[in-house]
This record gives sequence, structure tokens and C-alpha cells, in this order.
Amino acid sequence: MTMKMVTLRIDEHTVEVPAGTRVVDAAKKVGVDIPVFCYHPKLESVGMCRMCLVEIGRPVVDRASGKVVLEADGSPKIQMAPKLETACTTPVSDGMLVVTTSEKVAAARREVVEFILTSHPLDCPICDKGGECPLQNLTMAYGSGTSRFIFDEKMRSAKHVPLGELIYLDRERCIQCGRCVRFQHEVVDDPVLDFYQRGRALEIITRSEPGFDSVFSGNTTDICPVGALTTADFRFGARPWEMKPAASICAQCPVGCNIVYDVRREAKSSGKPVIKRVMPRQNESVNEVWICDKGRFVHHYNESAERLTQPLMRVDGELTPVSWQQALETAAAKLKEAGKGLVTLAGGRLSNEDLFNLRELTRAQGGTTLLHTHMGGGEWTRQLGLNQGSNLGSLGNGDAIVVIASDLHQEAPLWWLRVKQAAQRGATLIVLNARPTRLDAYAAHALRYQPGEAAQAVAGLMGNHKTPAAFQTAREALAGAANLVVFFGSDGLGLTGTRALAQTCADLLMQSGHYGRPNNGLVGVWQHSNDQGAWEMGYAPAADLVGSLKKAKVALLAAADPVGDEPALAKALAGADFVIVQEMFLTASAEKADLVLPVAAIPEREGSLTSGERRAQRFYPAVPAPDGVRPDYTIAAQLGQRLGLELEGRAAGLVFLRLAQSEPAFAGLSYQALSTAEEQWPIVGRRDLYFGGTTYDNNQGMGTHLQPVLKAGERPAAVAAALDTELMDAGDNLLVLPHTRLFDQGSLVRFSRLLVERVATAELRLNPATAKHFGLAEGVAASLNLNGADASVIVRMDDALPPGAAWLPRRVGVPLWAPAAAQVKVMERD
Amino acid sequence: MSQYLLLRHRELPDLDKLSGYRAQGGFETFKKAVNDMSPAEVLTTVKESGLRGRGGAGFPTGLKWGFIPNNLWPHYVVANADESEPGTFKDREILENNSFQFLEGLMLASFAIQANVAYIYLRGEYWQLAKQLDRQIAELEEAGLLGKDLFGSDYSLNLYTHLGAGAYICGEETALLESIEGKLGQPRLRPPFPAVAGLYGKPTVINNVETLANVPLIIANGAAWYRSFGTEKSPGTKVFSLSGNVVNPGNYELPLGTTFRELIYTHGGGIPHGRKIKAIMAAGASSTIIPASEEALDTPMDYEEPQARFNAPLGSASVIVMDETVNMAWLVSKTVNFFKHESCGKCTPCREGTFWMNRISHRLVSGNGSSADIDLLDHVAHQIQGKCLCALGEFSTMAVISGVEHFRPDFETLVGN
Amino acid sequence: MNELQKRYPEDVAAILKKYPPEFRRSAIMPLLYLAQRQDGHVSGRSVTDIAELTGLSTTDVTSVVGFYTLFHAEAGGRYRIQVCTDLPCALRGADDFLALLQKELGISVGETTPDGMFTIEEVKCLAACHRAPMFQVQGDGDITYHEHQTVESAMQVLKGLRQQAQKSGKEAA
Ligand SMILES: Cc1cc2nc3c(=O)[nH]c(=O)nc-3n(C[C@H](O)[C@H](O)[C@H](O)COP(=O)(O)O)c2cc1C
Ligand code: SF4
Ligand code: FES
Repeated sequence: MTMKMVTLRIDEHTVEVPAGTRVVDAAKKVGVDIPVFCYHPKLESVGMCRMCLVEIGRPVVDRASGKVVLEADGSPKIQMAPKLETACTTPVSDGMLVVTTSEKVAAARREVVEFILTSHPLDCPICDKGGECPLQNLTMAYGSGTSRFIFDEKMRSAKHVPLGELIYLDRERCIQCGRCVRFQHEVVDDPVLDFYQRGRALEIITRSEPGFDSVFSGNTTDICPVGALTTADFRFGARPWEMKPAASICAQCPVGCNIVYDVRREAKSSGKPVIKRVMPRQNESVNEVWICDKGRFVHHYNESAERLTQPLMRVDGELTPVSWQQALETAAAKLKEAGKGLVTLAGGRLSNEDLFNLRELTRAQGGTTLLHTHMGGGEWTRQLGLNQGSNLGSLGNGDAIVVIASDLHQEAPLWWLRVKQAAQRGATLIVLNARPTRLDAYAAHALRYQPGEAAQAVAGLMGNHKTPAAFQTAREALAGAANLVVFFGSDGLGLTGTRALAQTCADLLMQSGHYGRPNNGLVGVWQHSNDQGAWEMGYAPAADLVGSLKKAKVALLAAADPVGDEPALAKALAGADFVIVQEMFLTASAEKADLVLPVAAIPEREGSLTSGERRAQRFYPAVPAPDGVRPDYTIAAQLGQRLGLELEGRAAGLVFLRLAQSEPAFAGLSYQALSTAEEQWPIVGRRDLYFGGTTYDNNQGMGTHLQPVLKAGERPAAVAAALDTELMDAGDNLLVLPHTRLFDQGSLVRFSRLLVERVATAELRLNPATAKHFGLAEGVAASLNLNGADASVIVRMDDALPPGAAWLPRRVGVPLWAPAAAQVKVMERD
Repeated sequence: MSQYLLLRHRELPDLDKLSGYRAQGGFETFKKAVNDMSPAEVLTTVKESGLRGRGGAGFPTGLKWGFIPNNLWPHYVVANADESEPGTFKDREILENNSFQFLEGLMLASFAIQANVAYIYLRGEYWQLAKQLDRQIAELEEAGLLGKDLFGSDYSLNLYTHLGAGAYICGEETALLESIEGKLGQPRLRPPFPAVAGLYGKPTVINNVETLANVPLIIANGAAWYRSFGTEKSPGTKVFSLSGNVVNPGNYELPLGTTFRELIYTHGGGIPHGRKIKAIMAAGASSTIIPASEEALDTPMDYEEPQARFNAPLGSASVIVMDETVNMAWLVSKTVNFFKHESCGKCTPCREGTFWMNRISHRLVSGNGSSADIDLLDHVAHQIQGKCLCALGEFSTMAVISGVEHFRPDFETLVGN
Repeated sequence: MNELQKRYPEDVAAILKKYPPEFRRSAIMPLLYLAQRQDGHVSGRSVTDIAELTGLSTTDVTSVVGFYTLFHAEAGGRYRIQVCTDLPCALRGADDFLALLQKELGISVGETTPDGMFTIEEVKCLAACHRAPMFQVQGDGDITYHEHQTVESAMQVLKGLRQQAQKSGKEAA
């Protein structure tokens, strides 16, 4: 697609930009800052605030000849428009002349700023935005020293209005630019903010339950050009100039949003730097300029007083503090003893470096490395995953996206957003799930399958399985797709089901040749940020984890809490001779361990993560680690030393180099490569006028894709997994299907006081007909006998769910990782 | 004068009943158009008649219809019956008493641009009128004058009313469209213009009630006949709403080009209590205030002269008359308060500027102002100009600037010395 | 269950029929009037019902209520007496008329009579400038104009409304 280019002059600059570009963006390109409030490059322009008024002239065209009239000197004659025009709404045109430096323009800026200030409280000294506020900057540039508006006549309005628990509104500071309202409507389609009243009385309201009900709410505080919207987490917390930014990667889901930790020394932490807030860092290929509220507000875990800061060893049945030296020596001796009996169970929260060293350590003993997950299929995403040049932001007309068995909105909010936007740009979106999800609204084809029959549904898409007619239409839509990305998740599925699903998805991609080139391939909607990295290094879940753990002589658990997850695993683990746990907190598994090694949290160390899109990205230390904790990769290296292995433990970057030498997927990569930054367009976050909000520029690296394992046309290594399916019929019992919620009761969320109200609870949702069949009614407490254990749940009716099964979130205190048959009993009230 | 084109109910019996209207040949024109004329012929006749929009801007109606592109469908026609400009009550009389003529005009407009659906946007306060129109539309459907495949042709047309709910800004055509779409009545950016992207993003013609009420007679009698009324550039008659300090306020249908003097003195009966006339506003609250000089009184009311002589557009031709007892600062405070109340709040200069002017003029009128406030008021008005998203902001400055310019002593009385 | 739809099934259907099915949002204003028919303001319950009928969020529906002056988020008197005091009416004595009416009713603009019957409101031009002083009455799902008024004639109108209210109250009981 060739884009028509347009050449114009802006002050003394000549610039060439694609047709359709707004004057304001063209100016940005040549470093001319036209002040804006209502305009944001990610939103439709509305031309409301009138801050961006400029003089515009256009070439005079002779009516008769259709030719541009020339001046005596041969330059085109320019006719200036009588009125100033808004640079944010006016598209560029050939030969246009934009003047931003005239007295007329300066006067307009002064006058509009004065208008805004007539209603704006001058409370910069106590305003959270002070120091990074476009209005403050423009007032410095254009405001007059004294006010002609009588102070007593100012509008007075409420200053601390909670829109929900997360976001506060200061009505006096609001300048009615509507950015927040438009963000909620246009970008994330959570229309829970709007204007109320009119004229000078216009104010922002929310009427949702809970207030400001959107998992993207925090972004409005970034794009609000004044201090009207602030987060409950940060407000009054610090001044922007007191904080130091540290680039990082959000580790809450497999998207891998680029973020910044803003850090300040705090007296209450005895002068140590602490994280004050989490901000998005622009990466147009990953998260653009947004992050979700989990990523923004969950950061409190690392300052928790419950952190482990000393190795603990079981002495006389009690976990007792010991020195690192003693702990490491004991552990090394146990590992040696274990030999092939060593089972290392790692969680996808670990960094690439941690996983690599743990793998080397384990392999040297002849032991087994396992990934602790309820999801299979990584052997396929490794081979058919995304490669260099892929960017969901470039998918649109002519492309297709399939999302199957995933509630992306809850599992990976930024992917949801980007897939939605791709669909809005014209990509054909096919969503398949056993139940409706929020992505259906944007899908060209929203298809349903019977609980558990996800793999069959994909087979149906290929024409290999009998499916309803709607599948046929979807199949035709897929056939001509230029590019195809398939997301598969674990909604209503467990390990076996997802593995079968991944395999079928792989078949689909191979059949149509959609792999081995940019923007094509398979993406797993994993539970953890680095599950993909683990798969790349050969980690895989055990088909029978209970069996594997039972056989272990020594179990080494890192970022994995099988005991907390599943009573059956607790029993299995009890059979191991010795259990070593690397953890931040005293988890249920740690409590049962023989040796507990305290580890550093992500913001306290260096490392890298591999996103679900196979993008390796670096994170940097933001705050010092508490005394006594070590990064997992260091611990593994130090254990290795004691076993005579040469593991790298000095720096994460060096470990990464080893990894790059050892794993073809990482070949040629280095920390340097991961830290290359490219100029991002639109320019949003320059530290000058906060044009696009307080999102950070990306100077610390966009990361880079892993190497392709397969090229287009190459066949993947066969994987011998039968298309076996999971439980689909529970007989007389209730079929209970697990699904993932963003705010689950996972170990990290619970430390974020603010999120408590949004955290999922053990609610069993089901169709009223199904409920009736099992004698259940709305709101009753019921007891579920599941996988041999009892759990109590609250029953919720949901007309939208298909009959025949019930849905229950994972990680809400009920051990449910795969579809299960449950006996249900209504609990007696006492 | 007195030939009524628009207020024909004043001389013809039962024009407000379908039978009465039909007895005068009503809907024959529409029938003829659908049966025997091409849409282009209807359009051309309107174009040639020189009819100009009666909603305020005086834009040539035929030209507007001609902008509708024929590669984008469906098309819509929207009748603007929002009539909220202070001092304007002409559409109301047409709708109350001669609604069938208006409806026929709307139907002809729809046919001319081949719209199959047209909406009538009435201000919410015209509640009774909406009910009446709903009944009349039902009658037309019953009589086979509206509906599917009219008169055996393949042309179908349905009309619907849509009530506003108390917002002057919804008279502005793009705010009106937003309002029909169920949104806040805030004006849209232009371009794109409604002719290209109007209601539901589709090509749309928006016309004032009075504009449309002219159409049946134009099509029936031809463009030349129509041009026999009014002036060369402003043909036709116009309903002038006369209010304020006059003996006989009310609607007067007169040819465009009639002088203020004739309207106020001959028809309106002059100023009560033998008082002297002080000032005139020709376009409701949005007017430039014209000091009532002899020259002013002899100015013809059309789309050119008041504008040329006093920078005072005719607008909706709502003539408000002030006698010598009226303090113009008080008057300005009334208009400013109106615009402050009606500003939609979308753009900064109007939202903040009308609010600010309201504070200042209130201060002045309540006797707490200073003479610096008079300058400030004038200054703020100038500061609003040229910066707003729609014309309302601009309207709010007209009375202020002309008021301070011509009647500064009235302001000064209020601040003492 | 959608109360509004249950109470006025035909009206709701007729309203929705006016607009293209993919633009259900257009029905919001007529539906808000319908919601006000019963008790003179838009209750939270109605907001939810209308949100459902139009496919909007409750926030967006509330936003529309807030923008337009003939929609009321708060309960007022059964009849809202809306007196025009805009420029043309004011030139013909509307300000004095309103002052006297307030005195007569013993309440100020924005207040409601103790019996909950009348709220006085001051409004902008109602296109009745030639028949000032005037007011309109919004209540019982209707809007009616009363022109060429004096305080005496206005009190007569209010008396009539009071009787009307009592009568319909009795009928309902
Ligand atoms: C603030 C504002 C209010 C307006 N109010 C009305 C109105 O009440 N009635 C009307 O017909 N036109 C009104 N207009 C003009 C309309 O925008 C539009 O020009 C008109 O309906 C076009 O119809 P016409 O060409 O037949 O005049 C208003 C314009 C503005 C800027
Ligand atoms: S000029 Fe006034 S009414 Fe028009 S858009 Fe601006 S704020 Fe709204
Ligand atoms: S009007 Fe252009 S930035 Fe607001």
C-alpha cells in the first residue's frame, strides 16, 4: 500500500507527511510544539479546547486554468485564511503554509489560556500534576502575571470526588477537554465516564457499579492534561521531579507491557527508595501508551513486611533461620544426593536468566525440569509463535485473528485492546468460546462450542469436524487472510484440553501456511509473564504432576506453590525426601519445605522476560532488594558452584549471553540488542509539553523477538500427543469449568489494598436452567465437592451462559485447574 | 402588501385540517412531483426561486439540496423546528395553523433528494405541536400521502417527529443531529458538512420550518412567481416575529425588503405609552443592537442591508424593540445570561467566556461594577470572537460589543459618576 | 425485568420503531420523557431500563438527562411552573410577574410548595414573546402553555391543576 504524501511548510520548516495527517502531528514531526489540551494522538480529534489555533494559508488556484497562481518570484501565492484554525483537526494539504509564531497566534494562545484559568484553581503547589502539567507549562509560557478574573467569582466545586476506589476527580481542576471520556468510549469501550450538565457546569461523572468500572481506568490519569484525575494509589504521594524512573516490564501477564517504576527515597522506609507509581512506557508494538490497572496498582507486594529475608531450614520440625552459606551447602548436598531424582518445578514468573540457570543446574544432575502451569501447548507456540517484524498494531484489513478459549479482556487486557482495535481496523476476528466474552462484540464471527470441545471447534474451522453452518462462513473468511494470528487460552480447559487445542491450532496454521513470517502464528494466552520463555528453554508441564512429585527425591520449587494450588499436590510433595523452595513469601509450599531461600522481586534486580508474542524484553533494577534476598539465577549459580558447575551468577546480562549461545531461539541476542530504542510514532511522551500525557518515552529498549524456529514451509517436529479431550460430561454431577479473572486471589494481588474490592471471589456462575436442575438459586451459598475436597461458593445466575455447566474462577481459593465434576449441596444456614 | 404565502391560514378557512388544506389544492403539488416530475426538476425550481434559508443564515436552499451526493445512501431530511432564539415564534404559528403546508414542503424536499425518511426536530416545549403533528402524519399515511410506493411510484416516504428537551444549541444543525442520535446536543466539527455526513453519518438536508413551508407554493407556481415577492437577492416573503415594546407584538408576513419602520409602526402599531423608540434587535438575542435612528428605521429588512449598514445580520428576523426606558446594560445582561445558560460547554472560549461575561454584567447590573468592568466586558467579548467551534459563542458577543459601543452611558449610569 | 417496557409496552415499541434498528440510541430522549410520565423525574431504575433498551451505559444515559433542562434527575413538585423571564418577556413585565408569583406561592425559584404540588422554575425563551407574561406547566407527562398571564389568572391555572391532581389521585385510589 503506497501512501499519498503531502508536502507543506510549517513556519520555517518544510515537511512531508502522509495525506490525512493533522497539522498538529506534522508540526510535531519537525519539532514545532503546537499546544493542545483536548487533542491526543490516540483519540479522535474534536477541536474543543481551541488551544491549538494557528494561522493557515493555502495556495491560490486559478479557477479557469486550475493552476496554482504564482508570485512574482515564482513561489506559489498563498491566501491566508481570515480566521485561525485548529491544528488538531485540520488535515494537511499540498502547499499549505502553517504559521505558529505570529503575534496573532500568540495572542490566541494567551487568550485561551486565560479563559481556561478563569475557572481553574491555582493550586499547583499541592497538585499531583504539578511539574508535569501542560496547563502549568502553558501558563508559564503564555499566562499573564495577574488575573483579570475576580477570584471570589471563581466556580467552586468538589475537590476530592472518588470516581471509584482507584481514581479521584478534582472537579475544580477539570478543564472539560473530554480526553478521559473519549478514551473510555473510543479506545477501551468502557463507556463509564461521561459529561453531566452543560456550559460551565459541565462535569465528569460515572454511574457504573463499582464506580469507574474499567480495567484501564488508570490510563485516564496519564492523559488528563491537568491534575483533575489522580490515582488513589499515588495522589499526594510525591512530586514528579523528586522521582527517578526505572524502566521495567510488567510481569502480571504474558503481554509484557513496557512500564516505568517511579521511585523516591522515603523517610518511612528509612531513606530507602520505594516505588511510588507505575507508568506506561511507550512501545507501539506491545502496549502503545497504555497499561491495565493490574499492572499499575499491583506493585505493593515488594514492600510487604511479609517478605522473606532470610533462608529458613527445618530444624526439629520448625523452619529456623540459617545463614546463606549453610543453606546453600545443605541444598547443594541434597541436590547431589538426588541426582536423577531431582525435580525442579518452576513458575512462569521467573526471568529467562533464572529459568536458564535452574535448567542447567537440574540437567547437570540428570533431573527433570517442569513448568508449573495448567496450560499446555508451548511446544507449538515455540515452533509456530510470532517472529521479528510482528506487531498486532499493524494487523487490519485483509488479515484475520482467531481467539479461542480465552477471555482476553480478563487474561491479557492489552491483547484484548489490540485485537479489538485490529478488528476495528478491518481485520476479520473470529472468537470461539463455550461462553460469551467481551471480545464477541468486535468479532465478525463469534462461535460457540460445547464445553470442552475447543479442539473440535478448531477442527471444525478447518472442515475436519462436523460443526454448525456458522463455522463454514468463518472458514471462508479465514481462507483468504493475508496474515493470521491465533490466540489460544484455557477458558474452560485444563492441561490436556489446552494441549489438544494448541495442536489443532497448529494444524490450522500449518494447513494454511500462516507461520514462519511476520504477523503470523500461534500465541498462548499463558497465565504468567514468562511461560513462553520457559517453553522456549524446554520446560514443560508434567502430564501427571502428582506422579512426578511423588517420585521426586528432592523437589526444587521456584516461583511455584503447588501446595497452595491443590491439596493433591500437597500430598504428593510430602513424599519427597527434601523440598527446597525459592520464594518471596512463605507460601503454603514454603511452609511445608525443608529449606526456603528468599528471592528478590522483579523491581529489585535485572533480568529479561519473553512475552507471549515471543518478544524478549529487559527489566532494570528500580529499588534495592531487601538485605538477605537474592535473585533466583544467582541462587542457582551459587548452588551450581558448590556442585562444580560453571554457572554464570555475576550479572543477568552474562547469564543471558550464555542462554543466547545455548538456545537457537535466543541466538544472537544480547542485552544490548534488547535495549535498542526506535523512535515511536505518534510522538506522545516527550518530556516537554506532555503532548500525549505522562506516558514515558522509550529510551531503554523495545526488546526484540526471538529467532524463528521454523521458516515458512518447514514442517515442525512431530509431537506425539493424541487429540484426547477433557471431561465434558459430568454425568449426574455438575460440570464445573475454570476461567481466569484479572484480579484473582493470586499471591501478589492481595498486597494491593486498593484492588481488594475488585478481586474475584468464589462465585459459581451458571444458567438459571442449570441452577434449577441442581436446586440452586441466586445468591445461595453452596458446597462443591471437587477433586475430593469441599469448597464453598456463592451461586450467581447468568442468563448469558449456556446451560449444562457452571463457571468458576481460578485462584479464588477453590482448587480448580481443569474441568471437573462436582457434587453440589446447598449449605444450611445456621 | 398583503398576500400571504406562509400564514395563509389567516385568510383561508380550515387550513389546519387535512380536508381544508386539500380543498385549497393541498398535496396536489407533491402528488404531481412524485408522478410527473424528476427530483432534479423540483430541485431546479427551488434553486431558481432564489429561496434562502429562514433559520438564520439565509443560505440558498436549492444550492444546499444540490450538495447531496448521489453515491452515498440513504439520504435524510431534517426539519428544524427547534425555534429557540429569544424573540422568535414564527415557526410555531406555521406549525399550529398551517402545518400541512410545512409538511408538504418537507415531503417535496425529501422527494427532491430522494430521502425515504425525514425527521422533524421540535423543541421539547412544542410538546402539544408534536402530538398534533403525529396525528396529522397518521392522517397522511391513512390518506395514502405518506408510506410505501406512493401513488403507484416506487418512491416511499415516512415522517417522524423527534422532541428536543430544552437546549437552544440544538437549533444549531449539527448539535441537532447529535441530539436525534441520542447524544448531548453539542455541535460537530465541520467539515464534514451534513450534506455529506449528517444524520447517522449519511447525507442530510436540514431546513427550517419556514423555509420548507415556502416550497409547495414555489413548485406549484414557479420560480418567477416567487421572485415577484421581495428583493432581487432576497426573494419572497418572510414572517417577522415582532416583540418587545410595541403596541401589537406578533407575527407579520411581509416581503423581504420591508423597512423596520413599516413593520414597527404600520403593522406593530408603534411604541406604547407614547414613548420613543431607542433600539432594535433584528435577530433575537443574537443581534447586533441597532440604535433606532431614522436611517435605521428606513433600512429594508433583507439578508443584505442591515448587515451592510450596521453589521447586523437579519438572522431569524425576530425583531425586538426597545423604548427609551430600557437600560441597554440591563438588556446585555439578559442576553449574556441567556448564552451562558445555553452554551453547550464543548469549546473553551464560549464556555468560559459566557460564564465570565455573565459574572461581569451581573456585577454591573447589581450596582457593584466599576467602569473598568465595562471595558473588561467588551474585551472578553472580543476575546471570544473568532475562536469558537460553532456560532453560539459568536452570537453571545454581538449585543455586548454593539451595546457597549452605542450605549456606553447606560453602562456608566450603573457604576455611578 | 425492564419496568419501563413492562409498563408502557406499546409506547416503547412505537418509539423504537422511529429509528433505524442499528441506532437504538436515538430512542433515548423519547424514552426519558416516557420515564418522566409517571413521577416527573427520571429515577435510577428508569436509567437502568433505558440503558438496557438503547444499549448504552447508565453513565451515558445519565449524561443525557443532565444536558437537557426538561429532563429532571431529582424529584420536584408534581407540576413544574416554568416562567419565561428572557429578554422579550422581560420587556413586557415577566420579571415582575415572576416576583409576584413567588410571593403568592410563598416559595422561591427552585423550591417546591409544601404540598409537593408546584415547583417554580425560571426558564429561557419559550417562543411566546408576544403573549408575555407567560409560563408553561410540565407535569403528568405533558407540557402546556399559559399565555397573557397575570398573577390572578396564573393562580386560577394552578387551582385547576390542583383539582386535576386530586381527581386523578381519587381515580387511582
Ligand atoms: C446557536 C444556533 C442556534 C440555531 N437555532 C436555530 C433554530 O432554532 N431554528 C432554525 O431553523 N435554525 C437554527 N439555527 C440555524 C441552523 O443551524 C441551520 O442553519 C438552519 O436550520 C438551516 O435551515 P435553513 O437553511 O432552512 O435556514 C441555529 C444556528 C445556531 C448557530
Ligand atoms: S460556541 Fe458554545 S455552543 Fe458552540 S460549541 Fe462552543 S461551547 Fe458549544
Ligand atoms: S482544539 Fe485543538 S487541541 Fe483542543
